[in-house]
Amino acid sequence: MNDHHTSLMALFWGALAVLLLASGIAFFLTRKAGPEGPSDSIQNLNARIQAWWVMVLLLAFAFWWGRGGVVWLFGICSFAALREFVTLTNARRADSWTLAVLFYLVLPLQYYLVWLDWVGLYAVFIPVYMFLLLPVLSALRGDTDNFLIRVAEVQWAAMIAIYCVSYIPALLSLNIPGFEGQNILLVAFLLIVVQASDVLQYTWGKLIGKTKIAPRLSPSKTVEGFVGGAASASLLGALLFWATPFSFLQAGGMAVIITIMGFFGGLVLSAVKRDRGVKDWGHTIAGHGGFMDRLDSLIFAAPVFFHLTRYWWSV
Amino acid sequence: MQLLRRVTAFSIILFSRLVTAVRGFWPEGEPRKGQAIYFANHTSNGDFVLLWTVLPTKMRQKTRPVAGSDYWLTSKLKQFIGQDVFNAVLIDRNPETRTQDPVAQMAEAVEEGSSLILFPEGTRNVTEERLLPFKPGLFHLAKQCPDVPMVPVWIQNLNRVLPKGELVPVPFICTVHFGEGLTLRPEEDKEAFLIRARQAVLDLDPEQEGAA
Repeated sequence: MNDHHTSLMALFWGALAVLLLASGIAFFLTRKAGPEGPSDSIQNLNARIQAWWVMVLLLAFAFWWGRGGVVWLFGICSFAALREFVTLTNARRADSWTLAVLFYLVLPLQYYLVWLDWVGLYAVFIPVYMFLLLPVLSALRGDTDNFLIRVAEVQWAAMIAIYCVSYIPALLSLNIPGFEGQNILLVAFLLIVVQASDVLQYTWGKLIGKTKIAPRLSPSKTVEGFVGGAASASLLGALLFWATPFSFLQAGGMAVIITIMGFFGGLVLSAVKRDRGVKDWGHTIAGHGGFMDRLDSLIFAAPVFFHLTRYWWSV
Repeated sequence: MQLLRRVTAFSIILFSRLVTAVRGFWPEGEPRKGQAIYFANHTSNGDFVLLWTVLPTKMRQKTRPVAGSDYWLTSKLKQFIGQDVFNAVLIDRNPETRTQDPVAQMAEAVEEGSSLILFPEGTRNVTEERLLPFKPGLFHLAKQCPDVPMVPVWIQNLNRVLPKGELVPVPFICTVHFGEGLTLRPEEDKEAFLIRARQAVLDLDPEQEGAA
């Protein structure tokens, strides 16, 4: 057992302990419920915790497999997220070549480039080459109704659901002196901080939340919830410094940035849902909604975390 | 042969789930058990596959789509999929060439205990209209099978997955919405029943004007 295996196992047992605790509390609440059965929010809590078990086990499997597992796992998440995003756009018949290319060529190619470690290309493949070439496919079909809207929607779908998500496995290709072969811990650090921040913001909001940040976007986002959640998730991030290349303060600072970006992601993608009149992105993950509902914070946090780490720590 | 049938059915279901992540919505929250005649909007050749996919396995095994023999008997592959995999009730849509009464064929399948999937618009709807007028077959079937509930179904988004004339299916999330079962009311005439049945399908469209 080398060092990073020990750290990874520690994080895994930690996650397992938190899940066991949550399952225990949920079990107790369900038992305590009256004869008319548990309330909707307890049922939703149960569904969420069950989905968390599946997610943690899938992640554990991907981490155990290593680089290939992480690339595959997030590639599949990208596919599911893209499917949800495209469903809400104005894409029509004239865009079917564009979309087919996006799903079946651009997405696999982006993850292949990530797998190859080809930073110079995967960083520009979508925002330069595909942003210029995909509209050509739609234009060739000759349907100009809402052309600008359709092109912009497809580009943002590619950005959000493919490009940003691919930065999670891309963390594996950073070359940090003294941290070689342990990059999977960066992925774990990002996932733990972002997801803990989501859960803690929700919990703090439920407990002391009063002042709504954007009542029209999301009634559950409050100033108290955000500050409490971001602060406690950042503290958690700082306390996990031993699993990262960062010092205690650096890990805390990174976690602050990650939680703020994650909050922005949730806010912006809620606005998209509101615009399109839906409550959830999909129905694939019981209790959570769709893949996008779970990935929204990661989508904004991952590229920023990647580039900050690359700029200051990698060679 | 049996194995090939099962493997094909499984692959088709897996593929349709991969492309559409399809989910069924029932008024009670979970599938209503028992025999039924499902009638749905028809925008794509994959319509009955989606409806079939969201049914629980036991119900699926007893559910047969009603389809045009002019389409499903034109090649060996289509015939294998239509007859062997989906066990379709194949009807001849052309009154001039047909030798069997389609309604009698459907009623026979219902009497044998099967549930049916049918598309009362009679053909794929490629117009801007949300739902075409219904063909009278549904009424005659309701008359012959008064004890089996006629369940309206709305299939959402599948026309975007594979628009007519396109070759490659594009992933979109699809949903299948089931309504409350209808039965023919005493003294209800053909026109009134068909209008009521068509409205029941339209009412299930989650994107209709004024829907919650």
